[in-house]
Amino acid sequence: MSADVLTLQVAIDFPAFRLRVDERVRLSGVTALFGPSGSGKSTLLRAIAGFERPGGGRIDLAGAVWFDAGRGIDVAAYRRPVGYMFQDARLFPHLSVAGNLRFADRRGRGAGAGYTYDDVVAATEIGGLLGRGVDGLSGGERQRVALARTLLIRPRLLLLDEPLAAIDRGRKADLLPYLEQLPERFGIPALYVSHDIDEVAQLADRILVLDHGRVIHHDAAAAVFDRLDLQPLAGRFEAGSVLEGHLVRQDARLHLGYVDVGGVELSVPLDQPAEPGHRVRLRIRARDVALATEPPHGISIRNVLPAVLGALDDQPGTAYVEASAVLSRGSGAPVRIRARVTRAAVEALGLQVGMPVYVLVKSVSLAR
Amino acid sequence: MPDLGPLWLTAHLAAVTTVILLGLGTPLAWWLAHTRSAWRPAVEAVTALPLVLPPTVLGFYLLVMLSPNAPLGAFWVQATGSTLTFSFTGLVLASVVYSLPFMVQPLQHAFEALGRAPLEAAASLRASPLDAFFRVVVPLSARGFLTAGVLTFTHTLGEFGVVLMVGGNIPGETRVVSIAIYEHVETLRYGEAHVLAAVLLAFTFAVLLVVYGLNRRYPLRVG
Repeated sequence: MSADVLTLQVAIDFPAFRLRVDERVRLSGVTALFGPSGSGKSTLLRAIAGFERPGGGRIDLAGAVWFDAGRGIDVAAYRRPVGYMFQDARLFPHLSVAGNLRFADRRGRGAGAGYTYDDVVAATEIGGLLGRGVDGLSGGERQRVALARTLLIRPRLLLLDEPLAAIDRGRKADLLPYLEQLPERFGIPALYVSHDIDEVAQLADRILVLDHGRVIHHDAAAAVFDRLDLQPLAGRFEAGSVLEGHLVRQDARLHLGYVDVGGVELSVPLDQPAEPGHRVRLRIRARDVALATEPPHGISIRNVLPAVLGALDDQPGTAYVEASAVLSRGSGAPVRIRARVTRAAVEALGLQVGMPVYVLVKSVSLAR
Repeated sequence: MPDLGPLWLTAHLAAVTTVILLGLGTPLAWWLAHTRSAWRPAVEAVTALPLVLPPTVLGFYLLVMLSPNAPLGAFWVQATGSTLTFSFTGLVLASVVYSLPFMVQPLQHAFEALGRAPLEAAASLRASPLDAFFRVVVPLSARGFLTAGVLTFTHTLGEFGVVLMVGGNIPGETRVVSIAIYEHVETLRYGEAHVLAAVLLAFTFAVLLVVYGLNRRYPLRVG
């Protein structure tokens, strides 16, 4: 996959809102623009697409300038080689599904990407919908058609604007695999806007966290999830840890998978058969992690991991302390897990940085 | 049997006017639907004037503007050798002004109802603004175009006051059906007036019936 750099220097002023972004984003895989609603992430995406004109700044992709306030450059939206997937699909109601796809295909064929109409229809599994009108489609079907239509213009960059927000919770899981696999399969990097931490944990390779019109974090997904200072957002976005690992083995009878994370083994619920060696991402919410000073006995929690307390971060105005523990059996880079414990517990157990502790993980979810 | 010439002349005038207004009214309606210019209310008001002005007032100003003594009329005489007043061309010009709101307002409503979303979708699919207009906006605004076209056509059919002021009553040139009916009544030839009036009534009713039938779910919006 290409690793073009997208330069984003964007200043937009609305009456009640200011967006100020100055980032260079290495485009590879899926980069999430994550933040609460009103943080400016959709506005930023619209500015990249050319739907919103910044008051100042510069936007370029690998040297091709799309916007430069200083030089008076503002490339029209239809001339920017990006594919935009809208929250509400925006399929053309006067055209059939196939008509919508051909609309894009005819205008995108010149872009020279190495895939065809049939490849896209097969990959999005919409062959059975081609003859239908768009009004009769379900929300999930609409977004699959919209994704196919966007791919058919052969973009150099996919802009995905909360494509799952209008889908029922239960149907989201059906759509996520397409969003996860297709950008890589067709070799197109994606910017993915979402306020849903679970979606971001599943899809993102890198994350830009926005809050109040500013980028407050920009790093690899695991590194962003690991930061304690994400806490100010925790009300809207659940604090936790994301760990990268690989599947070691699976127990079909217990519906469990055993995952190696930097030399430490955790068990996770796993219903579907999976290949050993498969790379997985685990998400552990800080509130699902407890700490103990001695190995506990007679306890239902299966993941009990020896660790060293790395940080204690008092949360002013609350009963809580954010703790970060470094798993002590790790062979590679240190593996950190965040825990949310009460101040009372810290005092009662006499917890101090550097102390050996046991990390009790009540629940782990497989992000992918 | 009365002379049916005025019927054909009227249909001809209405058709030419509708075609010209499709060309002029569409960009104007588009501009009104999308502009943020401070001029918009003024332009909207001017566009709506023919709806409320007495046709004689409109006709009077048009007569003054088109007369060979005025710049436009004088230019036309120089360029073509004939006058705009009391000619078919002058009638077309007057009808274009008179029927303008009937073309512009339904189209403006249709474009506003469409919103920006389909335009952004089209732009994101590499369609230039003109491409997007013909491939997306026109098909999605088809009802608006139908309404605007039919209203313009039928409204021009019924024009009387403006024609009388600007065109007079020249057979084959400016003697449209409403003028012919008026003259038949003036000269007490009621039978001939009946035939022309009935044809016009039946035709106009049939056209509106078709349009309302097509618009059952999307009512006509004028004014």
